[in-house]
Amino acid sequence: MPASPFSARRFLITFSIAWLVLMADHAILLYWFDFPLKAAIIDSIISNIPLLGVCLLVMNTIRYYLPGREQYMNILIMCIVLTILWLLFSKWLLELSLNSFGDYEEFLHRSLIIRFSIGFLVLGIVTMMGINWFTWQEQQKTEERKKDAEKLAREAELFKLRQQLQPHFLFNSLNSINALIGIRPEEARKMVQQLSDFLRGTIKKEETQWVSLMEEMQYLQLYLDIEKVRFGNRLATVIEIEEETQQMKLPALLLQPVVENAIKFGLYDTTGETIIRLETRKQEGELIIKVSNPFDPETSSPKQGTGFGLKSVQRRLYLLFARHDLLVTEAKENIFTTVVKIPQMPGA
Amino acid sequence: MKAIIIDDENLARSIVKEYLQRHPQLELVAECGDGFEGIKAIQQYQPDLIFLDIQMPKINGFEMLELIEQPPAVIFTTAFDEYAIKAFEAHAIDYLLKPFNQERFDKAIAKWLEQKTTSTETATQELLETASQSPSQSNRIVVKNGSKIKIIPVHDIFYLEAADDYVKIHTPEGYFLKNKTMNHFEQVLDGQQFVRSHRSYIVNVQQITRIDPYEKDNHVAILRTGAKVPVSRGGYGKLKSVLGL
Repeated sequence: MPASPFSARRFLITFSIAWLVLMADHAILLYWFDFPLKAAIIDSIISNIPLLGVCLLVMNTIRYYLPGREQYMNILIMCIVLTILWLLFSKWLLELSLNSFGDYEEFLHRSLIIRFSIGFLVLGIVTMMGINWFTWQEQQKTEERKKDAEKLAREAELFKLRQQLQPHFLFNSLNSINALIGIRPEEARKMVQQLSDFLRGTIKKEETQWVSLMEEMQYLQLYLDIEKVRFGNRLATVIEIEEETQQMKLPALLLQPVVENAIKFGLYDTTGETIIRLETRKQEGELIIKVSNPFDPETSSPKQGTGFGLKSVQRRLYLLFARHDLLVTEAKENIFTTVVKIPQMPGA
Repeated sequence: MKAIIIDDENLARSIVKEYLQRHPQLELVAECGDGFEGIKAIQQYQPDLIFLDIQMPKINGFEMLELIEQPPAVIFTTAFDEYAIKAFEAHAIDYLLKPFNQERFDKAIAKWLEQKTTSTETATQELLETASQSPSQSNRIVVKNGSKIKIIPVHDIFYLEAADDYVKIHTPEGYFLKNKTMNHFEQVLDGQQFVRSHRSYIVNVQQITRIDPYEKDNHVAILRTGAKVPVSRGGYGKLKSVLGL
């Protein structure tokens, strides 16, 4: 859990101030007991700088391996061991550098227990503060992640509901049926049937389900038939399915948003006839589906065109295969092409 | 009295035509499949009433109305458009939700006949003002250039300049005039991309290459094209905060 540079800096400042106070206090105390000033300062520096090192080491360790409640005993033992090691080390250094000062050696031996207590106290407090601080940060982050995840889930659910209903398509189709009832009742009856089958297909299929291309095409055909009634002569489709791709699999309901995007982009952008092409082939064991529609480069940038439903298809493909390259769009002259690649799951 | 139906779906037009038969005082003079035909037909026939779909090819119903100087009375017909419906309700303009029946249709006609004496023009104007802030419409601006209609993608705009009752929209293909206020554009355009740098100027920040001091308190923004856009003291502050300086 790397902390931000700001809090790292704040940490260093806090530590520096605390140690300056500690060292000053240490030196003043020795000076008070009639040690020469120089000896007092050297003693203070030699004792406290290694202690600072030990504290920073402990801080750094708990920052990456935050101990659980059951490990508090281990922490206590670790503190005692570290304090002893620190004490031995500083005693060795102090003897080396200060034995020339009169009766220093005897004083050092007598004060060992006090040095141990203070060292242990300081290390213990620092460790406790560190554990508290990092636990609190961890909790804060978990809370945030939880909130984010909940928000995402809520939005996804709403979006899915909305997508499933496709209100615009539904109400326009009902309006067409309403018109047909008056003029061509037989066709109205047929369209009711198609719309029902289409809606059933939408509700029945789980998004996690895999279907064969043939199945998906049947569902897509219902959708296209309805759109053709709505838009009449303005919408034409050319579908070319290669024999060997018929039984290949793809996630259910994946193609309809791609085709819907092509129709919207094509029909809403050109006033004449719109030809939507759908071609499939097999390439390196993957199912390749190519959908293209005409558009007018004068009035709409392809950037706008990708906005409709392709984002959600892209997202689904990413969640399924963890790949970003499975949906590619291309605008060339006045044809917009969407290519979807479906890797075949072994055994799926 | 004359009426025109504008809808891109053939069957949607035919149902309105069918319901209109019960109103012989209204003569159907034209049926249009998109906004361009709609504009032509309205100029040609000067109808009293139009039935207008919103989602249509090229330009939508609102954008079409914006291009007509004195729009006739409108009854909107739409399938599903949350945003538009809110706008209608806010401005007491009648709308028919597809599919609708003869009864509902007759009611809309009756309401129109009743209101015809009082002016509905202001309501339509207000509606357009609200509608042009809808998300689908804020990424392009539709203008009329003589008899031609031009759709400007918002990211193509260099800057906007006030010019009396109009706003000059500077683009790679020269400038276009739109009969709107600077305040309108300041509200409609994305504030992270377009900044009101001066009382009379709104600039596309992505086009700025540098900002130079100019006279006392003022600055001037130099665009990629070399054009210079005045920046007032307040505008400079706004620019700085958007550019993160």
